[in-house]
Amino acid sequence: MILKMKKEDLPAFLDAAKEWGELWGPTKKDGKCTYAKVDSLSQMDLKATRTIIPPKKFLYPPKFTMFDFDQDGYVERLGDVPRKILFGIHPCDLHGVQIMDKLFLETYKDPYYAERREKTLLIGHSCIPDDKCICIATNTDFIAEGFDLFFTDLKMFYLVWVGSSRGHDLIRMKPELFSRNLDKNDILNYTEYRKWKTAQFKTIMDFTGMPDVFELGYNSPVWDQLAEKCLSCGQCSMVCPTCNCYNVSDELDLGSLEGTRDRYWDSCMFREYSLVAGGSNFRDKRADRLRLWYTHKLQAFIGEFGKPACVGCGRCIDTCPVEINVSTVSTALKEQEVEK
Amino acid sequence: MKKLCVVLDEKEVQDNPFKPEMWRIVRRYPLTYDTNFFQARPVDADDALRFDYKPGQFAMLSVVGEGEAPFCMSSTPSRPGMLEFCIRNVGTLTSSLFGLKENQTIGVRGPYGNGFPMEKMEGKDILIVAGGMGAAPLRSILLNILDNRDKFGNVSYLHGARTPADMLFREEFVQLKERDDLNCLLSVDKDDTGNWRFKVGVVTTLFKDLGPIDAKNTYAVVCGPPVMYKFVMQEVVKLGVPKHQILMTLERRMKCGVGKCGHCAIEYLYTCIDGPVFSWWDVIHMKELIGRGASDQIIA
Repeated sequence: MILKMKKEDLPAFLDAAKEWGELWGPTKKDGKCTYAKVDSLSQMDLKATRTIIPPKKFLYPPKFTMFDFDQDGYVERLGDVPRKILFGIHPCDLHGVQIMDKLFLETYKDPYYAERREKTLLIGHSCIPDDKCICIATNTDFIAEGFDLFFTDLKMFYLVWVGSSRGHDLIRMKPELFSRNLDKNDILNYTEYRKWKTAQFKTIMDFTGMPDVFELGYNSPVWDQLAEKCLSCGQCSMVCPTCNCYNVSDELDLGSLEGTRDRYWDSCMFREYSLVAGGSNFRDKRADRLRLWYTHKLQAFIGEFGKPACVGCGRCIDTCPVEINVSTVSTALKEQEVEK
Repeated sequence: MKKLCVVLDEKEVQDNPFKPEMWRIVRRYPLTYDTNFFQARPVDADDALRFDYKPGQFAMLSVVGEGEAPFCMSSTPSRPGMLEFCIRNVGTLTSSLFGLKENQTIGVRGPYGNGFPMEKMEGKDILIVAGGMGAAPLRSILLNILDNRDKFGNVSYLHGARTPADMLFREEFVQLKERDDLNCLLSVDKDDTGNWRFKVGVVTTLFKDLGPIDAKNTYAVVCGPPVMYKFVMQEVVKLGVPKHQILMTLERRMKCGVGKCGHCAIEYLYTCIDGPVFSWWDVIHMKELIGRGASDQIIA
């Protein structure tokens, strides 16, 4: 279902929607863009291209407690998550959530992810790519499903895609703001908008044949050259919308046998990632860890799901301090040379 | 204002795959100087029935306040009611397990992993090769096959240890030599006691005593230290056992056991749900299953 809304009606809609849960949106903080809890549209910055951390942090927080334990056993900590509406999510990040859904909700449903996913409404918003956006190469520059609502900005109007029953319920809280009457001009405007957006991309990547390039380049010296530069800092994993790895640790309360089992984000770039008891490490070399990260995104995931686990958000390009990212790595593998 | 009419399928927590149940250690005794045998029964007796496992599967064991790690069962599901583990004291969690006494509790969740394809193996000849700690998971399938002896053809069990003092389940396996429905061959790399009555030499020397085997009709099951695979695989491949009928069970770091935490990933597979049992064909085309390059040296 696609509806139409006047742009000036957005604040009123969001005010009404707040009855469902907390309203969160992209804001500017110290020059950087980040999701924050807001009261109204006026506090948001819808022009921001990408937040530092993708919305995965709401569905799967950087650190949280899974269980409280004592000598008698483990009691799960679930049920205290407030309902949130995330407004202003871009197509790439919505694609990222779909990949997270696949990982966490299929075969052995993760109840912690499921709870937050069910208590979060995702409202997408169209965006304007900058020079780091490569979503056109990963085919994630538009999205047709996986959101509750999606707002496409057509200057005077929004076209509003309704993607779920829950999204439809939000519309029904202020039905007078939405119109079903879409005419020829709306279609022309939308087609024009798609053409215009596609023309905005400044970086054109080509990921075709990546699985083959990775297979061929398995023993390439390029990996060692990249590893020379890599700091193993793991920032790429923290900012990647599809990095789901985590570690678990038990924290004892001081002087007692009670405590919490906590789960927190991990990165395969860290040395301890594949270390087993007795000291054997399956990926001791930095080059091996680097290759795992990129092989997983651009080869293995394609083999399994038919699309890369890269959604082209550009965060690794924005974040890596030594310019190792999906763009430079795939180029280096294809050209068998690491850019200095 | 219109009333919100969302019907949220608010999740009821009924099935949390991460939640350990409490089991009591009912027996614990040393198998060697650094390896202990642990036998556990669930505090809630129903958990024993819920824990319906196959040989080759594993459990996540927790010591309260210390953490959690994966361990293969050494017991067979054909003797239900309790779980047995063979654990070497080499890491943080294992050393806390060694700090526990009988009647103390541990957290247990599982079973996880694919396990051995027991149904497919029925009617076939079986060749099991265990090196060192490899006997821990392979004892499960060995006992399971012996408990269902009629369902299998010829069964051979090859076991190698470094020295007699390093040998796991020594009395149990030596006794198995008495059986006439099992070809049980034991070896130690070196014997400094002078009392070892069986073969001296690495586990591959036992292949000479194996006698003729019907390779195409055989499932080979191998587990041992990484260095062992290279030599044992050469022998098994030489015998002519088909690649997809050569099985091995592998070790990786794991934090969840259910394909979420990522640590055990190998290309597009997770050792915890797609393994830990893999075939020799998997190893040949997956590169990193038994260590980088290790399989390249033995492509046959």
